[in-house]
Amino acid sequence: MLSDKNRIFTNLYGQDDWRLEGALARGVWDATKGMIALGRDEIIQRIKDSELRGRGGAGFPAGLKWSFMPKQNTGRPHYLVVNADESEPGTCKDREIMRNDPQRLLEGCLVAGFAMGATACYIYIRGEFYHEAVRLQAAIDEAYAAGLIGKNACKSGFDYDIYLHRGAGAYICGEETALLESLEGKKGQPRLKPPFPAAAGLYGCPTTVNNVETIAVTPEILRRGVAWWTGLGRPKNTGTKIFSISGHVNQPCNVEEEMGLPLKELIETHAGGVRGGWDNLLAVIPGGSSVPLIPKSICDTVLMDFDSLRDVKSGLGTAAVIVMDKSTDVVEAIANLAHFYMHESCGQCTPCREGTGWMWRVLTRMVRGHASVEEIDTLLDVTYQVEGHTICALGDAAAWPIQGLIRHFRPELERRILEYRKHAPAAAE
Amino acid sequence: MPKLTIDGKEIEVPDGVNVLQACELAGVEIPRFCYHERLSVAGNCRMCLVEMERAPKPIASCAMPAADGMVVRTDTPTVKKARRGVMEFLLINHPLDCPICDQGGECDLQDQAMAYGFDRTRYEENKRAVKEKYMGPLIKTIMTRCIHCTRCVRFATEVGGVEEIGLVNRGEHAEITTLEQAVDSELSGNMIDVCPVGALTSRPYAFTARPWELNKTYSLDALDAVGSNIRVDTRGREVMRVLPRLHEDVNEEWISDKTRYACDGLGRQRLDRPYLRRDGRLQPCTWDEAFRAIARRIEGVAAERIAALAGDLCDAESMLALKDLLTALGSPNLDCRQDGAALDPRCRAGYLFNTTIAGIERADACLLVGTNPRHEAALINARLRKRFLMGGFPVGLIGRQVDLTYPVDYLGAGPETLQDVAAGKGAFAETLKAAERPMLVLGMAALARPDGAAILHLARQAAEAAGMIGDDWNGFNVLHSAAARVAGLELGFLPGDGGRDTGGILAGAEGGDIEVLFLLGADELPMARLGEPGKGPFVIYQGHHGDAGAHRADVILPGAAYTEKNGTYVNTEGRVQLGRLAAFPPGEAREDWTILRALSEIVGRRLPYDNLGEVRQKLIAANARFAAVDRIEPAAWGAFGAGGKIDPAPFGVAVENFYMTDPISRASETMAQCIEAFEARRAGAATGTEG
Repeated sequence: MLSDKNRIFTNLYGQDDWRLEGALARGVWDATKGMIALGRDEIIQRIKDSELRGRGGAGFPAGLKWSFMPKQNTGRPHYLVVNADESEPGTCKDREIMRNDPQRLLEGCLVAGFAMGATACYIYIRGEFYHEAVRLQAAIDEAYAAGLIGKNACKSGFDYDIYLHRGAGAYICGEETALLESLEGKKGQPRLKPPFPAAAGLYGCPTTVNNVETIAVTPEILRRGVAWWTGLGRPKNTGTKIFSISGHVNQPCNVEEEMGLPLKELIETHAGGVRGGWDNLLAVIPGGSSVPLIPKSICDTVLMDFDSLRDVKSGLGTAAVIVMDKSTDVVEAIANLAHFYMHESCGQCTPCREGTGWMWRVLTRMVRGHASVEEIDTLLDVTYQVEGHTICALGDAAAWPIQGLIRHFRPELERRILEYRKHAPAAAE
Repeated sequence: MPKLTIDGKEIEVPDGVNVLQACELAGVEIPRFCYHERLSVAGNCRMCLVEMERAPKPIASCAMPAADGMVVRTDTPTVKKARRGVMEFLLINHPLDCPICDQGGECDLQDQAMAYGFDRTRYEENKRAVKEKYMGPLIKTIMTRCIHCTRCVRFATEVGGVEEIGLVNRGEHAEITTLEQAVDSELSGNMIDVCPVGALTSRPYAFTARPWELNKTYSLDALDAVGSNIRVDTRGREVMRVLPRLHEDVNEEWISDKTRYACDGLGRQRLDRPYLRRDGRLQPCTWDEAFRAIARRIEGVAAERIAALAGDLCDAESMLALKDLLTALGSPNLDCRQDGAALDPRCRAGYLFNTTIAGIERADACLLVGTNPRHEAALINARLRKRFLMGGFPVGLIGRQVDLTYPVDYLGAGPETLQDVAAGKGAFAETLKAAERPMLVLGMAALARPDGAAILHLARQAAEAAGMIGDDWNGFNVLHSAAARVAGLELGFLPGDGGRDTGGILAGAEGGDIEVLFLLGADELPMARLGEPGKGPFVIYQGHHGDAGAHRADVILPGAAYTEKNGTYVNTEGRVQLGRLAAFPPGEAREDWTILRALSEIVGRRLPYDNLGEVRQKLIAANARFAAVDRIEPAAWGAFGAGGKIDPAPFGVAVENFYMTDPISRASETMAQCIEAFEARRAGAATGTEG
């Protein structure tokens, strides 16, 4: 369990003042000038050494990502874009950061932006986060007024602007290139890669897109040192992480914890345990709606980090733990997610546009058992036809939960189909 | 020159190609729907997936630049499975209506489903249905068939330059729409060609024929002076449709809507037998009666009282035959410039589009004078837009202010502005001077006015002053609007010594000095100046449509339209191209040069050729350039035009109404519908779709 002294987000629950004054008291904006004085290469090297992995879901090493930005100024603006379009079902960590500790994000924007040579930063915030946007804007205004950002930010001699942009409520705009399209005022549709944003991103200029949490922890890593950070968690899965625990637990919550904590411990310690006791657990979706669920047998032992969960064919994703007890209709739960992905598919590329609807329709029938046993394999085949064949990762995200369902709950699907046949033999033909 | 390995075969490919093109170069076919060589890459159909070494997932080959050392495989089980999967996804919501689909037989989806698909369905849900969209009189939509490749959207925005079509909604509900209005582009018909399925089809052609019933003839368009290469599809004697044919230097693979859709005019208002005016009324007669009436009328008329004018659609062979006949009769009064444009035949560079159409892409600044290329030569305008999209191409406009689909510097309305530019005054004159390869396009509206010769002279001065004429660059361009014009100038269908030009002929007809006037398809004349039939000159009209010329005629000789004869045409660049007979002329109508050959016998001036080969030999004898088919020879610079007083009146445009410029498009019902659809919209009238 993470000790209090190792917590970064000390105002995660909003018990303290969110304004600049309170943030300064918590140590935000402390010695920021010194960090900038380290220079670009040193900051990137330290972040690389810290093995910080992106907190948006994919877990790409952040320092490596920053190092893709051009080393010299290309004569064009370079941008840092912060992805605050947190829309993954089950995930609500960035919202709390922006609500209760916005200055930490802004400090990160400055330091990370400086490290990658950005001239300005755009924070793309989810449209539904109205109050968070109001608060974040107030925080930006305060930071400008205090000279922390803007011209000669923190008296470091570095000029840096931060702009807040509100989205219009599309899940796909959380995909980094769709986000850039949306930011440019176009329809939010993912772009083809290559070129990657670091070469041609916002308005065709070098851009790096990072998750709110990734950016927000950066200054703290530099402040407390790489050794402190790598001392937490496991190798390649270092540091702390905010987990969002929801579903059938006694106390759903957001909690900052060490990476690599056992799932069982996470749920029992922070969320008051599974409703009806651990034995009442059916399955857990460990990383937001787009990763495959894991049944109780795996939950008993699995550790909460990128590599451990990948080894059990799931993923850490955004670390949004969705707990389902035995009262859950697991097929309907996944059918519900399938509907979500169908609804949020941008419609640009074929497999996702056509496949998400197909998968949802078959799964909806399977909730009642109105299908044939062979269709389970057809459905699985369709998920593999979508996975890996699309422009962005939404196709994968739509396919994985269904693959997880079939992998772990095939007997349940078959049982329903046989049950349905028994009661309605004519309709099953 | 990156070197890559495709299916175990090593190949070196040019810089800048993508993996898909590299595979094609290696002789490997890659299926695709959304990729189109002339449009931006969308990468959304996912049909072109291939495997690449070190890539975790299959890659879209159309969107991946070929790089050195790539190892690509297109024949693995993964690739086959990916293609089959995408094919299945495309088909689950595609209707099974191939038997009633106009695209059937020439459908990419149909063909590729045969090659890469699977022969049964696993999809048991209901198929999606999408409401039909209204896209104007030219394009029929069956949007349920749409596979969302967005080629039409990319064509309209990139080539057409109109942002009126797009993809709305999301996921399964994504639809291509124009928001219930016609796409206001002269190139909209090409969206049908780029559509890989039957979602966008030709509205006038709907349900009329199947592709395998049609006879395909490679021919040439004569409705503007671009000389677009076309394919004429006929069934029996009827032209069912016109499609573009690839010619990189002329029309690429596009054609204008008039070229494509005016072909229904070929079946209307046709002159299918000779007519003779008896008792003040045109009455059908035999060829013999018509010829004898002409012979009787000509007999004893002094040669200088006979004249001939050639129209805009004539082939070179018929103009040569008429010129030879007039020469045999001793008359010097002939002209192919029926609009009276002051084109100077002394210097070839003075009446050609010297830069060439493909050469526009090399230019780096442009001045348009008295022209609206969007209407006068839609494909040249498309090239100008293409050049603009490459960047660094300032365009100045003197004349009427029109929307050309790319931004222009509007300099002024009339010749005074051109004088300023010629004198080096103004910012744009500096731009032209600073440019390495500047060009100037002079429209017919600037020349077809009383001070035309002086304006031509002035334009030459402007071109010289801006340094447009160099050793390997000639930026002076005349943009013709008539397909016959350059051929007429090249073969000398022009006033002989002491002969009258168009103005002189018209004045002579009014004054009674011209007694016999031969109109070879000349319909764009002020017919009122020829007087009432029986009072003015005796008018012989040879042509294919019952248009203005036929109404005034005393004798009508029914000829062939451009799809009905083997004719030679020279486009505005001076490019000699051959049109081919796709269908025979209707009724008793004949190929034009044969009519003149037959007439020459009756009037006792027998022309010395009996077949097309002999006519063409004479043509080459008249001007050796006619032998150089599809070759451009740079024209030598020289003096042309004449100084004189310049009228400050503003320039007009040569084509006021894009959809009706000639007897064929005037007879076309489709073109009339276009005018209704587009003109009504421009006038802000009700569209019938408002709330």
